[in-house]
Amino acid sequence: MHSQTNSQPQSQPLLSIRGLKTHFALREGLIRAVDGVDLDAHAGKTLCIVGESGSGKSMIARSILQIVPPPGRVSDGQMIFARDGRDPVDLAGLDPAGKPIRAVRGRDIAMIFQEPMNSLSPVHTVGDQLMEKILLHHRMSRHEAEERAAHALGRVGIPNPRQRLSTYPFELSGGMRQRVMIAMALACQPALLIADEPTTALDVTTQANILDLMAELQAETRMGMIFITHDLGVVAEIAHEVAVVYLGRVVERGSADAVFYNPQHPYTLALLASIPKLGARRERGQRLHSIKGMVPHPLNRPKGCPFNTRCPEARPGLCDATDPRTLEFETGHFVSCHMRDPAIVTRREEATV
Amino acid sequence: MTMPVETPLMQARDLKVHFPIKRGVLKRTVGHVRAVDGISLDIRAGETLSVVGESGCGKTTLGQALVRVLEPTQGSILYAGKGKAPADIAHLTETELRPYRSDIRMIFQDPFASLNPRRRVIDIVGESLRNFGVTDEREVETRVGEILRKVGLRPEYMARYPYAFSGGERQRIGIARALAVHPRLVVADECVSALDVSIQAQTLNLMQDLQEEFDLTYVFISHDLSVVEYISDRVAVMYAGRIVELSESEELFARPRHPYTAALLAAVPRPDPRGARERRRLRLTGEVADPANRPTGCAFHPRCPFATDRCRAEDPQLRAVDGRTVACHYAESLDLKGVNADAA
Repeated sequence: MHSQTNSQPQSQPLLSIRGLKTHFALREGLIRAVDGVDLDAHAGKTLCIVGESGSGKSMIARSILQIVPPPGRVSDGQMIFARDGRDPVDLAGLDPAGKPIRAVRGRDIAMIFQEPMNSLSPVHTVGDQLMEKILLHHRMSRHEAEERAAHALGRVGIPNPRQRLSTYPFELSGGMRQRVMIAMALACQPALLIADEPTTALDVTTQANILDLMAELQAETRMGMIFITHDLGVVAEIAHEVAVVYLGRVVERGSADAVFYNPQHPYTLALLASIPKLGARRERGQRLHSIKGMVPHPLNRPKGCPFNTRCPEARPGLCDATDPRTLEFETGHFVSCHMRDPAIVTRREEATV
Repeated sequence: MTMPVETPLMQARDLKVHFPIKRGVLKRTVGHVRAVDGISLDIRAGETLSVVGESGCGKTTLGQALVRVLEPTQGSILYAGKGKAPADIAHLTETELRPYRSDIRMIFQDPFASLNPRRRVIDIVGESLRNFGVTDEREVETRVGEILRKVGLRPEYMARYPYAFSGGERQRIGIARALAVHPRLVVADECVSALDVSIQAQTLNLMQDLQEEFDLTYVFISHDLSVVEYISDRVAVMYAGRIVELSESEELFARPRHPYTAALLAAVPRPDPRGARERRRLRLTGEVADPANRPTGCAFHPRCPFATDRCRAEDPQLRAVDGRTVACHYAESLDLKGVNADAA
């Protein structure tokens, strides 16, 4: 089904984001929700964006599709989207209300959200909503669209897909609704799927099934995925690449193995240390490592490295004064931290995870 | 007279909470949602007992019945109050319950929804003090200040409104409210689920410190098994309104005896990409059993990979197996996988 053009080398990213900035000009001041982000998403691979609430991870996703709520807007950077066999487009340069971006939304790049009930219309049947989307992007008869809608539902593991077309979202369970959302997202065979916390509202058992399903569909279609989550366990299950974000910046990114087994940024280290790990027996009196303080208010952004106010390694006069460079620590593994910069620190103690 | 140590703080016996399903103009009762359907449970003084299960299994309803927010349809809850003989609080009236209200408290899931946005912290936390006999405003202030300090908030902030606090701080206010009147039993319903991981760790540490300091007993209701393993002494696994397995935490995680427990454990995503690739997966298909329309035999049989004709016909009773209680016909013979500490 999928034709791979030979002229396109594997390393060519499907979506390449450089220096992305999404700012909100409020009366109280400027909120830098996304503040200079570099990311690459590849066909057939999953990029996980992980961070706490307020880190700007959802805003990165919304920026890609130019659906940032006003007064926010993509104010700088580029987002080169290169779908097989088509000319690359810079999504950052497109008018959020224009025709070109609307052709991309839903068709080339699809998005699914955390709470399926908020994204589905309660007064239309699942079939109507699926067919509406298919007919919007493809010229075909209603009958063909219905065929395709039923096929899409079947593919996401919904039993009796043809009968399910006439059900309303409220008649479905949370897991089934999320399957419908995935079916809708995939109905137009997007090259890139952006999933914003798609399993957060689900039970662990359902979550496991949905993650399996997404991985299967990806293997089948070779679509690229950008998966946004706060759950490092979920990241480990599905990510090929991981980007850790904090206050609108990517502080560390690399392969899943690099980020989990050789984490470098103090924030990544702290995140990994603060989650209780299944199977790691608790000894009496043993405590979880917690990150001191909390994510600063976006209007009260610290100077220098955004993490310096909570960082155990922060060096006064340096980390709270100047922005750290982004360095390639090892091939494909990028870190933005003064204390990992060989120009500043020659040797450091081995960090323990 | 001091109570012997073995007497549980609370003993629930054959507890049932059924909600009627009403239909039509006359609102006739056409059936019942059996949210909690015959639960017997001891809560030992000083322990943390976790209740886990998927949404819809009845864990929240059980918690609400234990704190008597709900009146159980049937059954008894024997509570051994401070220096009092154990009394059945299952069917007491609101007035009769008053003496127990300061003893048994609750912490809620959503720190945004559970605090009144129009009241100051001193009133939110101090209300229970005023309710339970502290009339002197200066004393209310002192005690609110004390408890705020205990949960890691500055006493100066007591004049502020909830909007001025972050999610983690609000959850601390919720904890302060529960603890202000020196309870003995605290039921925490998904109290860290809505928090970011770094804040979740702070809150869990705080809850452990407070447990030690105030000699608290926790009933910790959660769907997050990694948190449950971390915090619990014992764990009760619920499915379709009943307990299917109850065990010391360590044994339960090392070697589950009920297929449902094993399936829950297998579904937990772990921060270990290599392990995730290698782990054989036991996946649960199908939907949670409908508590209004319980399957015959074992309620879990439609989703159980090991189900036999016996499971479809005969309802397994909770019984002692290997130092724990399990409701599965094949608890002895099944070789179920737990979580392996070495693999993680």
